Amino acid sequence: MTTKHETYYVPAQSAWPIIGAIGLFLIAFGAGSYVQQLSTEQSSGGYILIAGIAVILFMLFGWFKNVIDESMAGMYSAQMDRSFRQGMSWFIFSEIMFFGAFFGALFYARMIAIPWLGGASNNAMTHEVLWPTFEAIWPLVTTPDGTTTEAMPWTGLPLINTLILVTSSVTLHFAHVGLDKAKRTQLIVWLAITILLGSGFLFLQVEEYAHAYNEMGLTLESGIYGNTFFLLTGFHGLHVTLGTVFLMILFLRVLKGHFTPEKQFAFQAGSWYWHFVDVVWLCLFIFVYII
Amino acid sequence: MSTMTHEQTTDHEHHDEHHGAPKGLMRWVLTTNHKDIGSLYLWFSFLMFLTGGAMAMVIRAELFQPGLQLVEPNFFNQMTTVHGLIMVFGAVMPAFTGLANWLIPMMIGAPDMALPRMNNWSFWILPFAFSLLIGSLFMEGGGPNFGWTFYAPLSTTYSPDTTALFVFAVHIMGISSIMGAINVIVTIVNMRAPGMTWMKLPLFVWTWLITAFLLIAVMPVLAGAVTMVLTDKFFGTSFFDAAGGGDPVMFQHIFWFFGHPEVYIMILPSFGIISAIVPAFSRKPLFGYASMVYATASIAILSFLVWAHHMFTTGMPVFAELFFMYCTMLIAVPTGVKVFNWVATMWRGAMTFETPMLFSLAFIILFTIGGFSGLMLAITPADFQYHDTYFVVAHFHYVLVSGAVFSIMAAAYYWLPKWTGYMYDETLGKWHFWCSVVSVNILFFPMHFLGLAGMPRRIPDYAIQFADVNQIVSIGGFAFGLSQLIFLYLVIKCVRGGDKAPAKPWEGSEGLEWTIASPAPYHSFTTPPEVK
Repeated sequence: MTTKHETYYVPAQSAWPIIGAIGLFLIAFGAGSYVQQLSTEQSSGGYILIAGIAVILFMLFGWFKNVIDESMAGMYSAQMDRSFRQGMSWFIFSEIMFFGAFFGALFYARMIAIPWLGGASNNAMTHEVLWPTFEAIWPLVTTPDGTTTEAMPWTGLPLINTLILVTSSVTLHFAHVGLDKAKRTQLIVWLAITILLGSGFLFLQVEEYAHAYNEMGLTLESGIYGNTFFLLTGFHGLHVTLGTVFLMILFLRVLKGHFTPEKQFAFQAGSWYWHFVDVVWLCLFIFVYII
Repeated sequence: MSTMTHEQTTDHEHHDEHHGAPKGLMRWVLTTNHKDIGSLYLWFSFLMFLTGGAMAMVIRAELFQPGLQLVEPNFFNQMTTVHGLIMVFGAVMPAFTGLANWLIPMMIGAPDMALPRMNNWSFWILPFAFSLLIGSLFMEGGGPNFGWTFYAPLSTTYSPDTTALFVFAVHIMGISSIMGAINVIVTIVNMRAPGMTWMKLPLFVWTWLITAFLLIAVMPVLAGAVTMVLTDKFFGTSFFDAAGGGDPVMFQHIFWFFGHPEVYIMILPSFGIISAIVPAFSRKPLFGYASMVYATASIAILSFLVWAHHMFTTGMPVFAELFFMYCTMLIAVPTGVKVFNWVATMWRGAMTFETPMLFSLAFIILFTIGGFSGLMLAITPADFQYHDTYFVVAHFHYVLVSGAVFSIMAAAYYWLPKWTGYMYDETLGKWHFWCSVVSVNILFFPMHFLGLAGMPRRIPDYAIQFADVNQIVSIGGFAFGLSQLIFLYLVIKCVRGGDKAPAKPWEGSEGLEWTIASPAPYHSFTTPPEVK
């Protein structure tokens, strides 16, 4: 009656979690110290941060190796597979909420904070007393205290990047279809193309940042427009980076012949993650660049 | 390393199904067992409870008399801040996660949590995160001093440099909470025993399921808030600075979008605990099971629509003030349903008053007082008088100390026999209860009057007319602090031995956890039970 429950695999003791906890501690302590030392000569924090990242990479490598070995040894049941899938889905939900905080800040600034500084609603006196010459416009190219910048146009690099990322979602889907139909060549080729597209996106985003900093005077210190622009696109870029690494690992595993049409949780997870990153970009493109 | 782990996995296959716990310190460091991890969470949270409590003692000692006696104002502010952070993130939340770890697999008939290694990771992040936070108190410039709500610009323009450590400590606490919550949801959704249908789930499991959803939804928002504080302070952004087009009030919106669901995260599992204990000692099934489930879900949904009731005095448009006022008052309805159901469960029950029941009864009465003062605070015009006074302090300590903490105490007494295999000392338990319940009221009830009379919160000094009441409050505080040492002694005594507990030590208790031996075997349900 209960065979599927009886095979539920509860792993034995593992050292990876405590290594991960130490890694996170080093990252938190190192990053915290590094940030405090920005205006000083010291740099110890940076080294601790790098050490922490190294420990986390070591942990991820070891932990995933462990899990992959267990998976390949056939220790995981269908129920375990569902646990992994549900866990990944909830993780992506938490990521959506993280981006939600920054989109929320963007909307609040545009719809409420800036109009109020310009005297909207019942804030005529705020406007009059604080910055009477301030004009409530978006993109906010002149802040109340007079910092000026340029707005990033949506044409050019951002448009190309949008096409690249949307295409990459489609190519990843083709790869996935290849996996489902056990067509190995289709899987390998489309997955490789997806990775190239992801890397291309990142390369162009670096170009865009360089252009913003060097030629447009659009920086992290350019007031709320630059703040929301860089934090939203920056965190998104970080996620594309992680997603690309994720896809590269999947690629190596595909070369080793790891996935089958039935057993492909990791591929599914990477694919979900990539599509999520793509959807975030579309929201970014609309709300940060176009509107 | 890989050969070692390989040995471990092959080793595992040869294990006897009912093998016991590994020995030594490394058992606790490397464990993947939900009971071990539950115990770690519970002990950690108790340690943090005593640490945060010691800080509260500093606060009450300073406020024993008007004027500055013991500590500098800046250190006083660090004490109020770190007391709040420790109690919220270090004491109450880990205690509930510990209870979830211990109880949910036993209650749903599962062998363990769904993701046991991640479970261990979630726990072991916490000691590191809190050593960072507490360590920052001893660093140059001192620790966080801007209140646990870290409002901008207190946390940006006017904060010490160690704010960076605070930010990253909160980040890793958030990672821990999110992983813990994912584990709880996946366990409940995916690992219930055959026949354990949704509407048969114990309410503790239901309330935790909904709590876990709230955690995953709002902890990332907190991460966003601290990130913006970090960049505002160190990287020249102006999210919370009007000069750059931002808004300090925006901080409060983002923070309380996290913060209000957060306070329900700290009370919903309590509702589950009380819903288990009251029927057990009334020897009657819970009145209105389905309505309890729906009430919990309603509270969770409403909790996303009420955040700005913390911000009535920030100059929001009248429409927003009214919207948030009415939504807040609406929460009284599902909460009232719960209180009604608990009382109706006791109605004509064959009641006895062991320590878990005493704490539960105190919970129902005192939490309701805290709920009513919350309703008073929800009335926008009245809130202009109460805002940022001791009335608010009284309100949230009634719901968090005599609410959440009392329910955790009740849970500890109720399930201690199952965890340790021994009965706790009932006489000592009653002493602990009566000392706690008397002192907690001496501590927090007079704060209502202080607040109504206009004493502001978070100040080291106060006007002379508040002196008498503050002395009473402080005496209550010291007494409450000392009373908790009885609990510490009692738990240690119970772990070390005592009368053997039967599998079901409470006559009226129901649920799968009472069908297995006391103490619960290291692996409880390797073969899932059939639930009828």
